[in-house]
Amino acid sequence: TMFATQVYGDSGKMKEYHYTGPVEHRFSPYSFNGGTVLAVAGEDFAIVASDTRLSEGYSIHSRDSPKCYKLTDTTVIGCSGFHGDCLTLTKIIDARLKMYKHSNNKCMTSGAIAAMLSTILYGRRFFPYYVYNIIGGLDEEGKGAVYSFDPVGSYQRDTYKAGGSASAMLQPLLDNQIGFKNMEGVQHLPLSQEKAVQLVKDVFISAAERDVYTGDALKICIVTKDGIKEETVPLRKD
Amino acid sequence: MTQTFLNAVFLENAVLEAEVTKLGCNIPAARKTGTTICGVVFKDGLVLGADTRATEGMIVADKNCSKIHYISPNIYCCGAGTAADTEMTTQIISSNLELHSLSTSRMPRVATANRMLKQMLFRYQGHIGAALVLGGVDCNGPHLYSIYPHGSTDKLPYVTMGSGSLAAMAVFEDRYKQDMEEEDAKRLVRDAIAAGIFNDLGSGSNIDLCVITKGRVDYLRPHDMANKKGVRCVYEQEALPHQTGNYKYKQGTTGVLTKSVIKLDLEVVEETVQTMDTS
Repeated sequence: TMFATQVYGDSGKMKEYHYTGPVEHRFSPYSFNGGTVLAVAGEDFAIVASDTRLSEGYSIHSRDSPKCYKLTDTTVIGCSGFHGDCLTLTKIIDARLKMYKHSNNKCMTSGAIAAMLSTILYGRRFFPYYVYNIIGGLDEEGKGAVYSFDPVGSYQRDTYKAGGSASAMLQPLLDNQIGFKNMEGVQHLPLSQEKAVQLVKDVFISAAERDVYTGDALKICIVTKDGIKEETVPLRKD
Repeated sequence: MTQTFLNAVFLENAVLEAEVTKLGCNIPAARKTGTTICGVVFKDGLVLGADTRATEGMIVADKNCSKIHYISPNIYCCGAGTAADTEMTTQIISSNLELHSLSTSRMPRVATANRMLKQMLFRYQGHIGAALVLGGVDCNGPHLYSIYPHGSTDKLPYVTMGSGSLAAMAVFEDRYKQDMEEEDAKRLVRDAIAAGIFNDLGSGSNIDLCVITKGRVDYLRPHDMANKKGVRCVYEQEALPHQTGNYKYKQGTTGVLTKSVIKLDLEVVEETVQTMDTS
């Protein structure tokens, strides 16, 4: 269901050393700013975590640019990809949330926000928002919910999902530890909040070792019925 | 590329590869080192420095690779660019230089290594992606060269190369002085590489130094472990290691689908013992 938009954006390659002749350069409206996001849904909680590094090519723009944005008291969204589109998209979502609240006299639920985001993204099907979104929050019954998207609006509800530059490194580990995939004879215990937070920290520390775009610090947002708690953990800065 | 040029230089394979790539066929990407390397001349000799990260695209392939290569007992060379190219080029020149040294009955000179490297790189017209910082102390004193993939060289008191060269050069341009002491020079190189490690995404992990003076070489690997896994950055006061969770699997977690044991029926016919020469 997810299709990568590799054609957009160029992750700053090192210059090749041979001159191949005159080349026409086309202005690219996209740029890749790196970053990894991760969301996990528990029995009565949801965790949305992201690193705080903003990069471009081989440089770092900022070491303190978190990718989690609070939408409501029960929903947090993580956006990574092209930072310009992340900012615009979150502004648009905030505006739409306000409009809904004023028309319907209630806050949007996580499921409703997910469905709305899908239509917003598909509205730009032919000039997409270069953003990988993951929504984490509590559904109407108070259970944890995670919704993952691709850049043009295809989405589904998951138990856990990783997105962004190190997603390919994190997802298999989550499949094993949370989904109990490829393991036999293991008890399928429900994930506790402490174990989930510990797992998220360990998994980001490992991602920072091998992915150059992930590092600096990790911001964890824990969504429970009592509100949203934030935690920051330092990561490798190289 | 005209026909006459092809006749004059020995690089058919390199040219073929370039042509094929232009047609759209993807040859597997060689591993590049990303890299920050630098060198500085001080009062009694010189200091070479390098980071230790090797990247494949934007993924770290090796967290602790060695980028300061041996050329001769008094000459070392840092390499940036394609990892295989820097490794093989320095090994070839090291070998040729040893034979040359035996033939002339003299300690090799840095200018000789420089000549050999630049002539080889020029012969390959830049297809060998090796950007080198060559340094050593010989009978004429300490010498430092930077060598570019197409074969040009510069002889300077301080040089930087690699994707983190701008970050390292910024530190050098701020604090370089002529005739520094050894400790000052080591601190300067360490800080220049650290600037590359923290500000350039292609460089990272540890700092290796190589101090070369007349009659002594200190190969400090690692000189500084600037980034340990799970530990906070070196600039913070308390370095509390993170308590990782336990991810050990119990025996039998990996399911065994089929198992077949093939016994090899062997009969001892003769037994001899030969000791290995470990001298």
